Amino acid sequence: MSSDAITIPALQIQEKPWVDLLHEWVTTVDHKRLGILYIVYALVFLVFGGIEALIIRVQLMHSHNNFVSPQVFNRMFTMHGTTMIFFVVMPVLFGFANYLVPLMIGARDMAFPRLNAFSFWLSAFGGLLLYFSFLGGSGLYGAGSAPDVGWWAYAPLTARAFSPGHSSDYWTLALLVSGFGSIGTSINIIATILCLRCPGMKLNRMPLLAWLNLVMAGMVLIAITPLSAAQIMLLIDRYLGGHFFDAQAGGSAVLWMHFFWIFGHPEVYILVIPAFAFLSEIVPVFSRKPIFGYPVMVAATICIAFVSLSVWAHHMFTVGMNSYANSFFAITTMAVGIPTGIKIFNWIGTMWGGRILFKVPMLFCLGFLFQFLIAGLTGIMQAAAPFDWQLSLSYFVVAHFHYVIVGGILFALFGAFYYWCPKMTGRMLSERLGRWHFWLFVIGFHMTFDVMHIPGLLGMPRRIYTYEPGRGWDTLNLIVSIGAFIQAIAILVFVWNLISSYFKGAKAGNDPWDAWTLEWSTSSPPPPYNFATIPVVASRRPLWDLKHPEDPDSLYE
Amino acid sequence: MFVLSSLLLAPKALAQHSQTSIFAPQSTPAKSILDLSIFVLSITGIIFVVVFTLLVYSISKFRAKPANANSEPAQVYGSNQIEMAWTIIPILIVVVLFLATARVIHAIQDAPEPAGAVEVTAIGHQYWWEFRYPKLGIVTANELHIPVSDPIHPTPTFLQLLSADTDHSFWIPVLAGKTDLIPNHPNRMWMDPHRTGIFLGQCAQYCGVQHAKMLLRVSVDSPQDFAAWVRGQQQPAVQDQSVMTGRQVFEHTACINCHTVSGTPADGRFGPDLTHLMSRTTIAAGAAENTPQNLRLWIDDPDAMKHGSLMPAMKLSDADVDAVASYMETLR
Ligand code: HEC
Ligand code: HEM
Ligand SMILES: [Cu+2]
Ligand SMILES: [Cu+2]
Repeated sequence: MSSDAITIPALQIQEKPWVDLLHEWVTTVDHKRLGILYIVYALVFLVFGGIEALIIRVQLMHSHNNFVSPQVFNRMFTMHGTTMIFFVVMPVLFGFANYLVPLMIGARDMAFPRLNAFSFWLSAFGGLLLYFSFLGGSGLYGAGSAPDVGWWAYAPLTARAFSPGHSSDYWTLALLVSGFGSIGTSINIIATILCLRCPGMKLNRMPLLAWLNLVMAGMVLIAITPLSAAQIMLLIDRYLGGHFFDAQAGGSAVLWMHFFWIFGHPEVYILVIPAFAFLSEIVPVFSRKPIFGYPVMVAATICIAFVSLSVWAHHMFTVGMNSYANSFFAITTMAVGIPTGIKIFNWIGTMWGGRILFKVPMLFCLGFLFQFLIAGLTGIMQAAAPFDWQLSLSYFVVAHFHYVIVGGILFALFGAFYYWCPKMTGRMLSERLGRWHFWLFVIGFHMTFDVMHIPGLLGMPRRIYTYEPGRGWDTLNLIVSIGAFIQAIAILVFVWNLISSYFKGAKAGNDPWDAWTLEWSTSSPPPPYNFATIPVVASRRPLWDLKHPEDPDSLYE
Repeated sequence: MFVLSSLLLAPKALAQHSQTSIFAPQSTPAKSILDLSIFVLSITGIIFVVVFTLLVYSISKFRAKPANANSEPAQVYGSNQIEMAWTIIPILIVVVLFLATARVIHAIQDAPEPAGAVEVTAIGHQYWWEFRYPKLGIVTANELHIPVSDPIHPTPTFLQLLSADTDHSFWIPVLAGKTDLIPNHPNRMWMDPHRTGIFLGQCAQYCGVQHAKMLLRVSVDSPQDFAAWVRGQQQPAVQDQSVMTGRQVFEHTACINCHTVSGTPADGRFGPDLTHLMSRTTIAAGAAENTPQNLRLWIDDPDAMKHGSLMPAMKLSDADVDAVASYMETLR
């Protein structure tokens, strides 16, 4: 590869009036700026979703608590779930994909920069629309009129008979709009990866992060489509006299469930595959070894993508499917555990025989490995359909998917923040605060979500605003709630770290981690055009080749 | 990290303190589910221990040490044999788990209904349960009575599950797994309790504002007690002249549009059947004990007890509320 690619001096940032700056950010089509916009946007919504979670946990601290009314409680869990899935995890992952994919494949931008901006602003508008429901809808009285139908919005709760006013419409339209944004971004990611790779970067030399985001984007196209279709059908039911889901008029409530989960299950893999991508970049660098079994990792991801399209009705084991359907969805669900397990083994294989450095990004990845292991195993338990007849709709399920989404995805994301923020801002995040963040979060996480499994096993259903004393749930719920506050403190430490390091963190330089992929060959932050000359690569680890000319990867691949 | 111990041990210890633990089954479906659960828990437990050990071992063994600080470790790219091994072993595990699962699915879902079975139609309403015994001509609410089933002459109860409005889910953890009640989508479930007693549960599928206070009580009776209960429920409502004023208020307000009292003009079906109200220990789907004070409070202002329930406050005068409440107390 050409060596001048690694010697770009840091950008000279001139002071500009803030109006100009604002104008630049709002009209930008640069993939890096859009990436940062996505990320910041997601962090803001993380705070909203977090506050909602805390309200839920205060209410459930002990039995017969009266902190909020049932109406408010129901809005809180609906908004919390919808926000976290659609307006936190999705955008933050798109943000990282946007920022990193072009840099890692040696491109100057995404394939369609304007589509990129358009998609971001659609998603942003979707989130604002959802939150406007607190004020809009039926007006400002009472607790406002945010949606209260749960994040799956099962029919017929969303029918006009049960959901008068406009709260459900805000939910429907917000997801419809942001769904179009997701589709746009995914088309963009696919086109970028397929068309803009730098010379020498064959598909089998792409960093795993690019591969996994390619698969993720493909899944978005397949999964969001039925969701959008269902939203439109719901609008037809509500306003044009349709009867798709209206059981009183011969429609089918179960049809909505199928539509929702045929989106919903692939969606959870859409969220976790980019987390896998972070691990596949960070674990090798901090183990000082290449990823173990690169081709197998790619194959396992593609395998997960296909299998996960055929497991959706494991969310419906209790709706009364016949025994053949239940058996089918049990085996496909268990089967998805196989490629997932293979991935865990390959990460262990990567660390095996390495020289592991316990920097903060790696700490979070190790947390991911332990927690994702457990999350996968509780998933297998729920895949055993009869076992799930007890577990489903209980707090056990809530613990399972938070184990995946918080213990897995969020941990991987924090790892990604500590790893790539130096590239984005040019300054290191503080290791000391990072360790505080990590350990506080680990403690809070395990207090909350380990313990949360148990009330589920003791018969506590989810989505209840209060519960009876004397069922053995009180103490457990108190511990769960305390853990939630510890996690909140950890998040504050993280946000403080982001802010303070942005202004006075240590300078990062081009390549603070001694890493091997192309983003580390350019300055931090990279110039608008990314690379002075387009790099040429000969292996999966171009910077390894450059640093070890005597023993380059290109000899072995 | 301590999840394994908490998952396996704590629930068992807590089972004694909780009447709704899935670890204390009292009927065949719940028992076969528990057996499968223990099997799945053991297999996943073993996987956990193996992978956890591998992780801890590799993290502690291969951590950077000052001795090797400046050298890169051997660059290993993969190994097909190892990949084969950790693909095939999980496949075998999945096959075993699936066979065990399929057996239990079939045994529970496809169980034939024996001749002596009791048939009940359970209808979910927003925030309360209606139970109808078509063969016995009984209608009641929230508290299900079923006979105990002995292994030699099994008298299991087969429930047909319907919904009058949104989705609900019938869940008594110690008797059976949950099954949803979905409008326009009849479901079926069964249970054969092995001992008498009161078993608790509640609606498990979010159904609206008061989903949390849609509790369930199942009273499993000895054959004699069950027969007595059936006879009692089959009687028309008690006609007590001393509460005639209350009855008149009841019959001249909208109460009768929503409630049935058999043998009187009240034949509404929107709310629970009140013919034998006093034979139940709770009111409003378990929201409160069935005491005279609570009854009065409920009739006066249902929202005070169960905010958002579908029974409106009827704005009766205090005297009328007292009269109606006294009438209610005679409906045993
Ligand atoms: C609009 C219909 C409606 C009217 C009118 C109505 N109720 Fe109700 N009633 C209900 C519903 C629905 C419930 C179940 C509430 C729940 O559990 O959430 C109920 C519950 C009850 C219960 C408790 C029954 C049980 O077993 O839990 C009593 C007692 C009762 N109503 C008495 C009355 C009286 C007396 C009146 C007239 C003053 C009245 N209701 C008027 C709908 C109505
Ligand atoms: C080995 C892999 C996994 C298996 C076998 C598995 C299995 C299951 C099953 C069977 C359920 C349904 C439980 C029920 O509703 O009764 C479920 C729920 C759920 N899972 Fe997983 N899962 C796995 C991984 C994941 C991943 C990777 C994610 C997220 C990224 C995830 C997120 C969720 C969510 C959000 C729910 C609950 C949805 C809801 O009810 O609100 N799971 N899982
Ligand atoms: Cu799923
Ligand atoms: Cu409910």
